Amino acid sequence: MKIVIDYDLCESNAVCMGIAPEVFDVRDDDLLYLLDENPGDDLRPKVEEAARRCPKQAILIQD
Amino acid sequence: MDLERVVVVGASLAGLTAAASLREQGWDGHLVVVDAAMELPADRPPLSKQVLAGTMDSAAARQPLADRIDELDIDLRLGHRVEGFGADDHRIKFFNDHELTADGVIVATGANARWPAPRDELPAGVHVVRTLEDSLALKAELDTAAGPLVVLGAGFIGAEVAATARTAGHDVTMIEAAPQPLARVLPSEVGAAVAKLHRDHGVDVRVGVGFASIDAGPGGRVESVTLSDGSVVPASVVVAGLGADPSIEWLSGSGLSLGNGVVCDETLLAAPGVTAAGDVANWFNPTFGERMRVEQWDHAIESGRAAAVRLLAEAGGDAPQPFASVPWFWSDQYDRKLQMAGRPSGNDEAVVIDGELGAERFAVAFRRGDRCTGVLACNRPRLAVVSRTRMTQSLAWDHVVGA
Repeated sequence: MKIVIDYDLCESNAVCMGIAPEVFDVRDDDLLYLLDENPGDDLRPKVEEAARRCPKQAILIQD
Repeated sequence: MDLERVVVVGASLAGLTAAASLREQGWDGHLVVVDAAMELPADRPPLSKQVLAGTMDSAAARQPLADRIDELDIDLRLGHRVEGFGADDHRIKFFNDHELTADGVIVATGANARWPAPRDELPAGVHVVRTLEDSLALKAELDTAAGPLVVLGAGFIGAEVAATARTAGHDVTMIEAAPQPLARVLPSEVGAAVAKLHRDHGVDVRVGVGFASIDAGPGGRVESVTLSDGSVVPASVVVAGLGADPSIEWLSGSGLSLGNGVVCDETLLAAPGVTAAGDVANWFNPTFGERMRVEQWDHAIESGRAAAVRLLAEAGGDAPQPFASVPWFWSDQYDRKLQMAGRPSGNDEAVVIDGELGAERFAVAFRRGDRCTGVLACNRPRLAVVSRTRMTQSLAWDHVVGA
């Protein structure tokens, strides 16, 4: 699973970090950092949940 | 109970999420989603912001699930207004006397914007912002308006519309009957900071005064708003941000318990085989130990899924799970992103936990006894989400905020 963030869309709402902190990190500079671009399949449910709950739909999952 | 057909009433975020969740849980029965609207409702958050500002076109404001209707094998029936329902036989009656029965029903009809008066008594130029059509109609009028905008009500929709219009260069007056903006949900010192933010951007914010009448000029267009203190504010366009009422008229006589919305238990069950989700659901939230109805984007997703899972649990004889939730929303006004986790009331104590109230970046926690009922963060998204995560574990003040 490969994750791509559309940084033009991302508004750093940080919803993704609340759901999958192993993968997404919004730091004190208010920017989103992708901790793991290719997380293991055990994290797939969380990453899909984060993608769905992103208010800007800025998280793309490429299989 | 065999679940051969499920009807989801309402095709906005809660309803479509519920429908998608049924499929994701592996259910493969006849899935019908009905909505009174002629087109699939838009994604709502941009309607008072980017769509109104003209920075997002209407096609981009579609719902995230709009592209998956076929893949999810949804029998989508738009333009189908439901006029009657029976909780005992699950019989759904449409406006044209057509009927449909279902084994399971998910109620997700949302809420209707409150108008300041019956619509046929209002002059032209008075708007609400609830649908894409509303937002585009308001934008069209603002684009050609020669005079000022008056916003009735300083809730989140009103405040966002005021910010968007002011940023576009319009003269804006925002009128709020309560002593401060957002008074229903936030203590007054926090509302005062929001009032100051708008005043700093040049909005004329009038608090503690209601409106007495919306006055038409020659030609029947709105010309001014008369306030309860007798003052008259000129207006070329008026937006009502007076809140919304749950869409439950169609459930009158259905046998469902109706109050402020569809009254559900703590699992979102309203009656055997009937669950509710989104703005319309009034449920007992075990996290807070109180009933609530939540009109928020993320809640539509969370509750939509929970309502679907609940329906399947009932059919499969599985133990029902309570829907325990910490609500969360965001509101963009000027260069500020406000995010709130939780469900404070205007009576809770406000404790600044980061920065200075009203500064560009700050956070406030709300305290009721030894519990933290909410955290409001301004341009502090990390703090907001960390607080929400903690609140899902426990509302104990020391746990959420630290001793």
